[in-house]
Amino acid sequence: MDAVMFATATAAADWVLILPVVLPLVGGAILLMLRSARDLQWSFAVAVTAGVLICDLLLLGRTLAAGPLSMTMGNWLPPFGISFTADSLSATFAATAAALTLLLLVYLQMDVPERARRDGVYPLVLLLLAGVGGSFLTGDLFNLYVWFEVMLIASFGLMVLGGREIQLDATVKYGIMNFLATSLFLLSLGLLYGALGTLNMADITLRAGQADPAVMAGIAALLLLAFGTKAAAFPVNTWLPASYHAPPAAVSALLGGLLTKVGVYALLRSLVMLLPASREVLAPAIALAAILTLVLAPLGAIAETNLRRAIGFMLIGGVGATLVGIAVPGPASLAGSAVYVLHAMLTVTALYLVAGLIEKASGQTDTRRMGGLYAASSPLSLIFLVLVLSISGIPPSLGFWPKLLLLEGSLDASGLAGAPGAPLDWWGVGLAAAVLLNAFLTTIAGTRLWAHIFWREGPEGAQSEVPNPALRPLTRRETWLGLVPTAVLAGVVVAVALLPNPLLEAGRAAARDLLAPQNYIDATRLGGMS
Amino acid sequence: MDYAVAALAGLFLTAAIYLLLSRSLISMLLGLALLGNGINLVILVSGRLSRGVPPIAAQAAGVPLPGSANPLPQALILTAIVIGFAMFSFLLVLAYRAYQALDADRTDTMRLAEPKGGPRPPLSY
Repeated sequence: MDAVMFATATAAADWVLILPVVLPLVGGAILLMLRSARDLQWSFAVAVTAGVLICDLLLLGRTLAAGPLSMTMGNWLPPFGISFTADSLSATFAATAAALTLLLLVYLQMDVPERARRDGVYPLVLLLLAGVGGSFLTGDLFNLYVWFEVMLIASFGLMVLGGREIQLDATVKYGIMNFLATSLFLLSLGLLYGALGTLNMADITLRAGQADPAVMAGIAALLLLAFGTKAAAFPVNTWLPASYHAPPAAVSALLGGLLTKVGVYALLRSLVMLLPASREVLAPAIALAAILTLVLAPLGAIAETNLRRAIGFMLIGGVGATLVGIAVPGPASLAGSAVYVLHAMLTVTALYLVAGLIEKASGQTDTRRMGGLYAASSPLSLIFLVLVLSISGIPPSLGFWPKLLLLEGSLDASGLAGAPGAPLDWWGVGLAAAVLLNAFLTTIAGTRLWAHIFWREGPEGAQSEVPNPALRPLTRRETWLGLVPTAVLAGVVVAVALLPNPLLEAGRAAARDLLAPQNYIDATRLGGMS
Repeated sequence: MDYAVAALAGLFLTAAIYLLLSRSLISMLLGLALLGNGINLVILVSGRLSRGVPPIAAQAAGVPLPGSANPLPQALILTAIVIGFAMFSFLLVLAYRAYQALDADRTDTMRLAEPKGGPRPPLSY
């Protein structure tokens, strides 16, 4: 009997691992009960999110100092109990998600109509945070599925809240595609359990090598399809430009900044750490998807006239960049992917926030009629330009550093950097070229957007030299609750870009842990040295 | 027995994919429901089917009888059913609401978020 149970209870200090999930879940439930106390909702949500952020930061400190941390529910020994396991990668992502949510709560106050606030936008945000945090911190694959669904149902609610017709249309497509993707994830879980008899991540890492490689490759292919859809990689990305521009901008930012990144995180965890041998088999497919996503997405952005749809396409290009590390996992490219996810979380969120303010100041969503906004709000134009340069990766912006690592990684894999005459790996060459081309095309798309919205005096066509009468400066409320948080976030993007060393070091450490997961396995205490 | 249930799951998935390829929202939702059921059968059969011995341990023994059924797939399936049911009912209500507001059940005519043809790309610069 003793062999399946922990003798001692989990130390109280280890509870930081589960608190980032428990707090928003309980908080969301309490907020639902406090629906009538409308003045309390916002401050309560902020307090809960701040608590989550503190727990995440404590957790991050511990994982950086002492390596991965794990706790298992109900005193059952892993793999019987459900484990929560955090390494520096998951703790960093979880902390960033909580910080972004905190900032977005301020912006939401300004952006969301009164009706949505009454219908429970704040509980939904907390539940979304619980789902995102759970996905990052869990150490059990079935538990990951549960958190995906928590996240999904909260995002459905957020997307449809307000009930405009365009939102209904968008949510139908978003909902069906994402529900299908999580169902496929569940299917691969069932098959994985049939093949290995375990769903604990650390245990899967140990056992995957002994199973039939063909079976494991099939399961990995299903996982790639499921998580690829969640992450919006080409060719299963079409739901994203169809849906992310419909809800209020703050909700777009929340979904765009957090949800697709969870898909990328799940890909990193499952393909690179859990099933490395099967990833090897799928490498050409992943590389092809990465190259096509990198090149096609910014072309979509160039052709787009709806501002937030254009940003959606740039976001998809970033997903292609994170796939590079999964296609050719080396120390440099994996670090690049991890840092890119972090960069995309910050930059994409900020871009959506700016887009929301631009839409407010110009009164519309079509970039062809926004011209001349520089005169109405010059800080807005500055922030937008900084973010656009950051997402395309112009040095010394934040996007430059992960793209440099990705380039280094794909050149390492290609053999171009090695001895002359060595055989070339064309996938590596293609990936390196695609990363460069993506930077180039995204620069074109982004700077054109800037020129159309801010630089040109008036709307497109014959009126383009005439000042645009439709524009108005931001109101006081929009400035304090909208522009200030956005400027803070843009300031963080700039500050991290100018002092990138801690971030790059963290990325390299995360890559080491993904490639050699021994610390992760030891932390779960599989086999029971308690 | 395992083979029969596996084949049945395959049949479910085939029908689900056929329905999902339709352009009518209701067919797609039925396809999703069928897909969920097929997947639950896959989980059930991947725990290996057996009959007659329930997974209950005698107090003294501490471990269940040899050859007893695997209880884990049932826990997994129960979770998946609950979640799948919540998702399905949300999507069903959403589809009905979309049908009321947009007067469209076919995805071809539901083009508010992505207008058909789309505007031409921005010119100049």
